[in-house]
Amino acid sequence: MNPIRAYSALVTGAFGSTNAIADTIVKATPLLFVGLGICIAFRGGVINIGGEGQMIIGALGTTAFALALPDAPPGIIIPASLLLGFVLGGLYGGIAGFLKAYFGVNEILTTVMLNSIAVQLMNFLLRGPMIDPDQFGRASRIPQTARLSAAFDLPRLVPTRLHAGAFIAVALAILVYIFLWRTTIGYRIRAVGLNREASRYAGINTKRYMVLSLALSGAFAGLAGAVQVLGLYHRMVTDGSPGGFTGSAGFNGIVAALFGQLHPLGTIPAAFFFGALLVGANSMQRAVQIPAALITALNGLVVVFVVSSELWRRRRARRREMQAAAEITHAAQPVTPTPLEAVKSLNSFPQPS
Amino acid sequence: MRLATPYLFAALGETFSQRSGVLNLGVEGQMLMGAFAGFYVTFQTQNPWLGLLAAAVIGALMGLAMAVVSVTFKAEQGISGIGFYLFGLGMSELLFHRLLGTVETVSGFPTLRIPVLEQSNSLIIRAIDSIFLSHNFLVYAAFALVPIAWFVLNKTTIGLKIRAVGQNPGAADTLAVSVEKVRYFTVTLGGLLSGIAGASLSIGLLNVFQQGMTAGQGFIAVALVYFGAWRPFGVLLGAMIFSLVNALQLWVQVLGIPIPSDIAVMMPYVLTILALIFAVQRVQQPAALSKIFERGEH
Repeated sequence: MNPIRAYSALVTGAFGSTNAIADTIVKATPLLFVGLGICIAFRGGVINIGGEGQMIIGALGTTAFALALPDAPPGIIIPASLLLGFVLGGLYGGIAGFLKAYFGVNEILTTVMLNSIAVQLMNFLLRGPMIDPDQFGRASRIPQTARLSAAFDLPRLVPTRLHAGAFIAVALAILVYIFLWRTTIGYRIRAVGLNREASRYAGINTKRYMVLSLALSGAFAGLAGAVQVLGLYHRMVTDGSPGGFTGSAGFNGIVAALFGQLHPLGTIPAAFFFGALLVGANSMQRAVQIPAALITALNGLVVVFVVSSELWRRRRARRREMQAAAEITHAAQPVTPTPLEAVKSLNSFPQPS
Repeated sequence: MRLATPYLFAALGETFSQRSGVLNLGVEGQMLMGAFAGFYVTFQTQNPWLGLLAAAVIGALMGLAMAVVSVTFKAEQGISGIGFYLFGLGMSELLFHRLLGTVETVSGFPTLRIPVLEQSNSLIIRAIDSIFLSHNFLVYAAFALVPIAWFVLNKTTIGLKIRAVGQNPGAADTLAVSVEKVRYFTVTLGGLLSGIAGASLSIGLLNVFQQGMTAGQGFIAVALVYFGAWRPFGVLLGAMIFSLVNALQLWVQVLGIPIPSDIAVMMPYVLTILALIFAVQRVQQPAALSKIFERGEH
């Protein structure tokens, strides 16, 4: 196996042509949506692993809505159906938030379980009640719905597959940044995430904000699902595997957000990077037969490394604090403190969260 | 009983690491890697014992890596566990494509039987025989592990240390119990047992390997630890309930009861959430669970 050929296949696959770049952006779009939600959740001190399930629920809602109203005017109908995906994803994420805040149930486990439940619900609906009537007579019976009315198609940059979803995602990234750092609610979400106890003493209803962060997080994942349906597939389709519809964007979005330092604007280039990896991996698989599952394994390692590197960042911040404190004590108090005093002053330092 | 085996191995391993204060969410990934390693080695050597050994070693290595990340690097345990899950998921699929390519079957552990009972005239004895005494080695090992785990946790010095570290690492540290060593030990042990849990699927129960074949069982195993209130016998009860639900769900499909199979497959996951709500109301978790220990900060 020739590594240079493998890498060049990866790079040309992702950036080699206008179509390749468009595909990279198309792949990056759901990652960015999910990643924005992850930024909100993690900043709020809750961990949302349920992006997969929330995407599916949002997409199912949007699809059902669009199938029910085929001849509605596109001006209102596209925003309405996107909003529906947003709300449904939010409700689905809110379940885990509610259980976490009011029953103390670990949200990681519930979101993982909710993922599996959503996958089964999707498989059931797409093989049964929502299946494309055209698939009925056929032996293959692909689990997919009928094509949605063209009125629901997001504007597309012909001839590529690039659709308006990418622009919505970038605009929302800026909005999420403003929301988290420039509004009271955003401030409270971050305060609860940094120190739950202190926030409670400060009069913040921490439970409500935990539910809110998980619900908002789920809402962005739901929106990701809705945009995949309206912008890319124009129907809901799966292959029966857990990632059949989402392409594991619910997980990869977490990786992108962590890679973007849990900052909405940092998540934009991170999502683009992982979109490129995904598209490139597919062409690498075609060129040198390296399974695209490599990227999943790689993503796992990225997560592990990012959270591991936290320690160094924390240590560095701590050392700086110590130095600053030492300088202050030195200036104010030329006498060497007794060991007991030294210990006391050490303990009174603000602790890293 | 057969279906309870992977739950038991994984959940007992997780009991050890949670009792010492480490929430290892990489169980699913460790199981997948164990399932693949066990399957591949058995496929190559035709010897399930070597496969089991490979699964245990791979699981333990993944556990060790989790320990390095969560104990030495003091990383957020929930997220790093998910990282290991993704790694195991991708890596086992990658290796499967590279090394096997197609779905193969192996002859895994043979069923151990007692011939006298099988030919017995008494219906009761035959019933007992087919329910309790007609399984492979791994099934018996999993059930035998329950009292062993209970004994180790409650009646030995190392068990006391594990519980102390999970309950009050600061106090344990002042009494010269190395928090780091204990956690390294339990998380590696947890990985080893998760690897065996994976092998119990791929070379004990199904004798095939498929991508993502664990289907969330690793996460359910973590939930079982909560449900079992961090006690081995509680975990046993939970594992039995869950395998019963699994068996029911298979029966529903076999008997053609008009519940769509996709809906039936949901049952264990719904049950897990309900079990979690129920379990959390009842008992206190180890005080230091998923908290990072740093000397001099407590």
